[in-house]
Order: sequence, then C-alpha cells, then structure tokens
Amino acid sequence: MNDLITTLITIAVALGCILTACMYLVLAERKVSAWMQDRIGPNRVGPYGLFQPVADAIKILLKEGVIPSHVDKGLFLIAPAISMFTTMLAFAVVPFGPVKDAPTWLRFIIAPNVDIGLVFIFAVGSLAVYGVILGGWASNNKYSALGSLRASAQVISYEIPLGMSVLGVVLMSGTLNLESILEKQTTNGIWSWNIWFQPLACLIFYISSLAESNRLPFDLSECEQELVGGYHTEYGGLRLVLFFIGEYTHLITISFLTAILFFGGWNFPLIATPESAYVGAWLVKLLVLLTKVTISIFLIMLIRWTIPRFRFDQLMELTWKVFLPLSLANIVAVMTVLQFEMSPWTLLPISIALFALFGFFTVTTKRMEISRRRRASPAMR
Amino acid sequence: MPINPKDVTWITEPEIGFWEATFLPAIAKGLRTTLGHITEYRPVTQQYPEQRPILPLHYRGVHRLNRDEKGRVKCVACMLCATACPAHCIAIEAAAAPPDWPDRDKFPAEFVLDELRCIYCGMCEEACPVDAIELTHIYDMTSETREAMVFNKEGLLAIYDQTKDNPLDPVRTRRGRLGPAAEFENLATLGPATPVVRDDRAATAPSPGVIGAPPPPTRNA
Repeated sequence: MNDLITTLITIAVALGCILTACMYLVLAERKVSAWMQDRIGPNRVGPYGLFQPVADAIKILLKEGVIPSHVDKGLFLIAPAISMFTTMLAFAVVPFGPVKDAPTWLRFIIAPNVDIGLVFIFAVGSLAVYGVILGGWASNNKYSALGSLRASAQVISYEIPLGMSVLGVVLMSGTLNLESILEKQTTNGIWSWNIWFQPLACLIFYISSLAESNRLPFDLSECEQELVGGYHTEYGGLRLVLFFIGEYTHLITISFLTAILFFGGWNFPLIATPESAYVGAWLVKLLVLLTKVTISIFLIMLIRWTIPRFRFDQLMELTWKVFLPLSLANIVAVMTVLQFEMSPWTLLPISIALFALFGFFTVTTKRMEISRRRRASPAMR
Repeated sequence: MPINPKDVTWITEPEIGFWEATFLPAIAKGLRTTLGHITEYRPVTQQYPEQRPILPLHYRGVHRLNRDEKGRVKCVACMLCATACPAHCIAIEAAAAPPDWPDRDKFPAEFVLDELRCIYCGMCEEACPVDAIELTHIYDMTSETREAMVFNKEGLLAIYDQTKDNPLDPVRTRRGRLGPAAEFENLATLGPATPVVRDDRAATAPSPGVIGAPPPPTRNA
C-alpha cells in the first residue's frame, strides 16, 4: 500500500517534471538558438520570456483540432499518442536521482529494480518510430509518407549501433539494471566513470541517440526543404504538440542515459559520493545529475545549430559503414579485456586506437574514391 | 557576343586533405563559432514598438500635400504626379483657381491618394514641378477599413501639418515659395547610382560589346 502511494507520487512528480521540462526545453531551445544567432529570442511574455511556454500551452489547448478529410482517422489519432506514450514509458526505468538516498515519499525511479532496464528502454524507445510511421502513413500525403519512410529506415539502422555501443558498458558492469550500472561508477570518484573506459562507445551512443530521436543533424524525416513538414505535415494543435513532447522526452531520456551510462550519474568527487551523508545529500546528488543532463541537452542544442543536416546516403553510410563495425570492434575489445582479466584502463588506448584506425581507413578510402572520380571526369585545364 | 576566353579563369576543385576529409576540424570550428556567439553575445535587434528605428533622410513613407506660406495647398493640379504614378493611385480633380490666387490657373478641388495602392516609389515627388507632394517618414499608418486608407486632400494636408516640424521631413526645396518649374535655374547633375572604382575588374572592359565599357584594344590592330 505504502509502495503504491510512493509509486503514484513518483509517477506524478516525474510526469509533471517531464512535461514542464519539455515546455521549458522548447523555450530553452529558442533562446539558445537566438543567442547563437545574435538574436534576442522570445522576451514578450514575462521576464526574459519565462512565461512563454504557458502562453504557448494556452494557445495550443485552445486551438481547433483539425482532422483532414482524407486521413485514416483511427491511425491519425493514435500516432501522436504512441509517439508520446512510448518515450514516456522508456523513462520509467531511468533513475532520475540517487535512488538509494531518496526521501521516503519519493523514489527517483518509477519502476525500481528492473533487471532488463536497458533492454526495456531500447525496446520501448524504438517503438516510438511506430508513432512516426503511422502518423506519416495515416496522413495520406506523399510528403508525410516519405518523411516517415526516412524515419523508419533511419531509426532501425541506428538502433543497432545504439544497442551495441551500450553492450560494452553492460559487459563491464555485468548488469542491465541502470541503477547498478550507475552504482558501479561511484566507487572511485571521477575515475570510475565509464567514459574513461568506453569513450568510443559514448561517442557512438550519443550520435546514434541523436539520430534515434530525429534531432538535427539527423532530422531527415522532417526536412523542411524537401518534405514540407515531414511526417507531421497534416498535424496541428495538440496532436502536433504530442509529437513534440515525444521528441523532447526522448531528448531528456537520452541525456539521462548518457549521464548515467558514461558520466557516473549523480556521482561527483567530494560533494556527491556514496559516502556523503550530510543533510540534503540527495538533493545535491540530484542537482549533480541534473547538471550533467542539462549540459548534455545544451550540447545537443549546440550541435543542432552547428552541423548541417546530413544527406540520406551519408546518414546510412555513417551507421552501416562506420558505427556498426566500430561498435562491434569495441565489444570485441571489451570482451577480450574481460576474458583475459586485463586492467579496464587498457580499454582507453584501445578505444582511441580503434577510432583513429577507423578514421584513417574511412578517410583514406573516401579520398581515394574522390581522386578516382576526379580522374574519371573529363579533364579540365 | 561570346565571352573573351582571356576573361575566363579556370579553377579546379581543391584537393581535399586528410584532416579536412575527417571533418573533425570543421566540426570543432563550427562549435567554436556557435559557442562564440553565445559568449560574445551582441544582438542588434531593435525592440520595435519601444525602440523606433532611425530612418534615413530619403525614407519614403506616407505622402503629404505641402502648403505654401499662406497656408494654401501648393498643388497646381497639373496632373504630373498622377501621370507619373506607376500604380495609378492618385486621382486629382482640377478646378479653376480662386481669383485671389494670382500665381496659378488651377488648383485641386479634390486630391485623392489611395495609400494601399501606392508602392511608395517616390515618382510623384520627383514629377511635381512645384514641390507640393512629398513623402514623409510615417510608415506605421494603419486603419481598420480599406476606405480609411484612401486619403483625400484634407487628409494629406493634415499629414503636412503633422510632419512639417519634424527635422526628418523638411519641406525640401524652394524654401516654401510657390513657383513654376521654369524657375529652376540649374539642376544638379546626376552621378552614377553606385561609385565605380577605377581598378575594379568589373569596371574595365571584360569583353567587347559589353555595355558601359570602352572596347579593348584589339590585338590585330
């Protein structure tokens, strides 16, 4: 009974926080992009535009929900719900705070002790593409269909390196449970974080998650120049927002995962260690984790305005020709190190060497291809 | 006329280097640029309703009909502006001037200018021989109906009364005197719209037959 109440409170808190965070992430995204472009950004509603999300929410709630006459009504209505529901569901097993030190009335994880935590996240998270596919299909519009086709191909392709990159961490921790993976990284301060042993996996994971959540530079499914609005061309009002909440929840989830899997979660030397038992230690740990997540989200926004959108063949080349072999090699390296009981620190040079080797190989083949093309083309003066 | 082969510069695609092909320096450079704009944040945005832009002197906004020193409308209803207007937005109803206006034969009984049809090109201002119609700096005139944006003579004169003391909107020529176009003694010579740099390659003759350039010395001659 007590457990049920705690769970309900946790769900309410998590849901409320995620939805609010989504609203304010939209504002943050607009503000950050404005700063990068030497603009001011939203500043009309409240001080520094802080109430802009509220105004947006009111506007969207009052908006007429248009269902075009040519759409498949059932699927059209269910698609945004799937998109949001699956990303929310994936968040259920993400520990968003120090689970062990939580106050009695709050738990910092909706579903504790899920031993298949990571598998669950990837299984449910990849269901989110159904929302995109169904939305594009049900719209009965060729641009939407093209957008969702691209999205499905992209998400399915990036699912593989995404899962494989995490496997190294899983092998090293010996568990799929996110809480345990986090705890394994709190033993030795900053030097027990997985980033030191799996930098390559971290890179692959981060980039693949960007692709997985259809963020720029991988947002080919909603590429405005080619596809009008992509899969959500026919959507408006609240239903469009559901898609966006799904996208931003995904963004939050992958930032949490990056922080938990590779950057030690709430662990930070001196202020947030397993031994720190001062009053409000859980709050500090929570803040440490949230800071890491915020940095990750900010980096994603930074990347959004820095790197232009990939071409689709480049996108596919990146995952199948680069990330897939790289993550495979990474897993083999981890397995070798574990099997022969070498120090995990050997993984750092191995990762760097793999990266350099693959980079050298890829770039050299690419340059050879370019020079071959140049030779084949009619000679110019 | 074909382009002189001498003027064609052939360029080849530069060879892509190793580091360039990795795209890593480019990404780092790009991230530095975006971050640099955050750390050195210099927006140039004007908060419009609170901050008004400082417009250049030659800005072309809503029209006005000038008055002479006696407060009468300057216009002599010569129809030059209506003729010059490319948007046909000026309609003048000419009438014989009152007998106590000895300096002219006609005056506009009505002068209707459709501000919604106008393209604000300033041709009327240039055509006017007596400097009666001028474009002011007012750019934010709105109304709730289309009819209200069709200004009549009183409306245009009211804009004159409203703007005549604005330093940006001086009564530009003739110092308020009314006079026929023939009074112009010397007109300012018009220069080229954009200054031409002597050594600019574009200013030299690229090929024979190109307008505006002297023909280059031919090799055979």
